[in-house]
Amino acid sequence: MKAFRILGRNIKDSFKGVFRNFSLSIASISCITITLILVGFSIILSYNVNRFTADIEKDITIVVFLDNDVTNVEADMIGDQIGKLPNIESVNFKSKESVRQDWIKEDPTLEGVLSQYDASTNPLQDSYLVKVKDIEIIGDTADRISVIDGVYLAKYGEGTVEELVNIFDVVKKVMYIVVVALVLVTAFLISNTIKITIQSRKREIEIMRLVGASNMYIKLPFFFEGILLGFIGSVIPMATCFFGYDFLYEKLGGQLFTPIIKLVKPNEVIYITMLVLVAVGVVVGAFGSYRAVKKHLKI
Amino acid sequence: MQLIELKNVHKRYSNGVMALCDVSLGISKGEFVFVIGASGSGKSTLIKLLYRQEKPTKGDVYVGGVNVARLRNRKVYKLRRKLGIVFQDYKLLPKMNVYENVAFALDVYGLKSSEIRKRTLKAIEQVGLKDKLRSYPDQLSGGEQQRVSIARAIVNNPKVLICDEPTGNLDPDTSMEIMKVIESINEDMGTTVIMATHDKDIVNKLKKRVIVVDKGMIARDSMKGKYKNEGV
Repeated sequence: MKAFRILGRNIKDSFKGVFRNFSLSIASISCITITLILVGFSIILSYNVNRFTADIEKDITIVVFLDNDVTNVEADMIGDQIGKLPNIESVNFKSKESVRQDWIKEDPTLEGVLSQYDASTNPLQDSYLVKVKDIEIIGDTADRISVIDGVYLAKYGEGTVEELVNIFDVVKKVMYIVVVALVLVTAFLISNTIKITIQSRKREIEIMRLVGASNMYIKLPFFFEGILLGFIGSVIPMATCFFGYDFLYEKLGGQLFTPIIKLVKPNEVIYITMLVLVAVGVVVGAFGSYRAVKKHLKI
Repeated sequence: MQLIELKNVHKRYSNGVMALCDVSLGISKGEFVFVIGASGSGKSTLIKLLYRQEKPTKGDVYVGGVNVARLRNRKVYKLRRKLGIVFQDYKLLPKMNVYENVAFALDVYGLKSSEIRKRTLKAIEQVGLKDKLRSYPDQLSGGEQQRVSIARAIVNNPKVLICDEPTGNLDPDTSMEIMKVIESINEDMGTTVIMATHDKDIVNKLKKRVIVVDKGMIARDSMKGKYKNEGV
């Protein structure tokens, strides 16, 4: 009962603290707000970059051409062999006949050429369309496929794909670094602002110590105050994220410049981002104030 | 064992100043003791050792059976709850009114609000500020502010009331009023009072035990003593 009374008083004190030092609280809150908006922005951006990378990677296929003299049975066996290799997502057979039909449909010029052949004289090759799990070792997988007996060639657009993968890798890493750096900067700023808040309440802490308040009793209100500041500071960034991204998504029609770059749907990203924002605000606020008050307990 | 006991206490500050040198003394329950001495005599250090603002370099300080010298920072509050401390500069919180300033000392115990109210009002009445409950420190005179700080010091019924030059900022008449309040606390509640002071008139008038500190040592310790001009 006593512990609850003390806790209740602590929480009340922390609310009082926010309003008693209103200008400083506003400083902390706006500080948190601005940085959290940036953090939220980077999180959503990195989500989108991730999504775009994943989309591109999904489309990357290894085309495996088989030797001309491969029989249907042998072709099936090659398909099995490819399927057993590591890093294989899916294997689809595309016969030379279906390729011929596709091409004829696509292009009248090709139609003229290809219609001279029938199914038995078709000059095209049977092929497998192979998707891989990890795009980064696609070269290795293609090499393994090309040494299989009966495989004529395994191609995946070497060079272009690798370059693309590298660029996205760099972009992703930069985004991560930016997010982490922003969180650290926020932590530092909050901790400093709360230090100033506490500095201005040094006397209060000193008197609390002198009248026999335990260290925990002194620390807790600042701790809650930090949580409160962090929470209040994350409200505007959360709202910005919630309404802002939704608005942007609708405005742009779900894509950026071209249909190739699809945006992540708002409800896939905003809730988790909001959660991250409020968590960062609260944790950093609590931690900053807790650390800052410790220094003043040596009286 | 006496309520307060110092055994061969030495105190050297980190800057090399030797503030106290082999001080031993005892104070029993219910006593009223003046500690006098010139500035830099070690009188303030002696007082600070009692509520563990400072720790002795060597020796032991017992207050109510607790060895203050060995008390860890985290546990200091247990000692302070047995003490009431009054300062020259009052140390009131400017944004709290009289009632809140006094109740502040009880808040930390986690008592019921009704209990806090009862004891706070009693303490404020004891120092004669009943009609200023809602005033803020900057609306009070120096003497009134010191009364508030005394009320705050006694609201938890301490065994010992430590006063560090409580009349240092007050004129002689107001000082005497404050002394009456402190004396009545000593007599009515049986609280042990230890008071560091510069004020000759007060010491001579009250005729209590006087401990004279000089150059970090106890120069004189006399019952019903007077403030003599022995290098003080």
